[in-house]
Amino acid sequence: MRARVYITPKKGVLDPQGKAVEHSLHALGFPEAHDVHLGKYVELSLEGLDVGGARERTDAMCRKLLVNGVIEDYRFEIDE
Amino acid sequence: MRWGVVTFPGSNDDHDTLYVLDHVLGEDAVSLWHKDRDLQGVECVVLPGGFSYGDYLRCGAMARFSPIMESVVAFAGAGGLVWGICNGFQVLCEAGLLPGALIRNRGLRFVCGQVHLRLETTDTPFTGRCARGEVLTLPIKHGEGCYVADPATLERLDENRQVVLRYVDASGRATAGANPNGSLNNIAGVVNEQRNVFGLMPHPEHASEKVLGGEDGLKLFRSVIAAHREVGDRRGAAVAPGH
Repeated sequence: MRARVYITPKKGVLDPQGKAVEHSLHALGFPEAHDVHLGKYVELSLEGLDVGGARERTDAMCRKLLVNGVIEDYRFEIDE
Repeated sequence: MRWGVVTFPGSNDDHDTLYVLDHVLGEDAVSLWHKDRDLQGVECVVLPGGFSYGDYLRCGAMARFSPIMESVVAFAGAGGLVWGICNGFQVLCEAGLLPGALIRNRGLRFVCGQVHLRLETTDTPFTGRCARGEVLTLPIKHGEGCYVADPATLERLDENRQVVLRYVDASGRATAGANPNGSLNNIAGVVNEQRNVFGLMPHPEHASEKVLGGEDGLKLFRSVIAAHREVGDRRGAAVAPGH
């Protein structure tokens, strides 16, 4: 099993990196770009689990370590 | 009074803090190793500045799961004094011992320099020897010092007088220009509701000798020592009538 975790700044939390990238995109001639947010991408392999088990364990990993719920949201995909 | 300063892999202000406690203040200070669980009978634990675990994932996110932190969390839960400076503040937020989080500075740059801080409450063991409204000058040096929390948490912090320090200008006004990192409400340091866990981004240990530019940091260390002595005196007084 392979998990792909996407971590993004929580809505409403300051995202200075996203803002800076957005400004740069505008300066480079991409005025249509807006709501730019920078997050993290985590990939990992899981052994000895079915899809349901992999979901459960990945979610636990997110809540315990990978994500800080005060400032971040997350979602993930599981592939066989 | 016995102090313990934790060393995580990547801590770099641990020895500076031990130096101030030992050489400047003459306190009994021991080094605590992140892999140990024994707090060696200390009465205040300091989580020092630095870049624990390389700041990987999020600042303080990995340090929070060190073996020593299990003991620190239990110690704090029993009312023990825990003090996080800079990276130590980040660790305390990640561990859930303090509310909120510290994210990348709004200006995206590492900031390094002296800042003015207004002391918002003397009702903590860390600030009892200061005056309310007093402006302290302490150095900062961090890339992720922007304090954030949701509106309900910010409101609760104000209601309970948990904001200890705010970034201000030289005359004590909390302006946007005096805010070095974009922290909400200019917050530079907070205590927990029980007032025994304190975190701040500025460095009192680097403002503890005149030759290094100032001594305002000593006011915080001396507050802790005085608070500890008062608790001891009260205990002594409570015991005395029986003898």
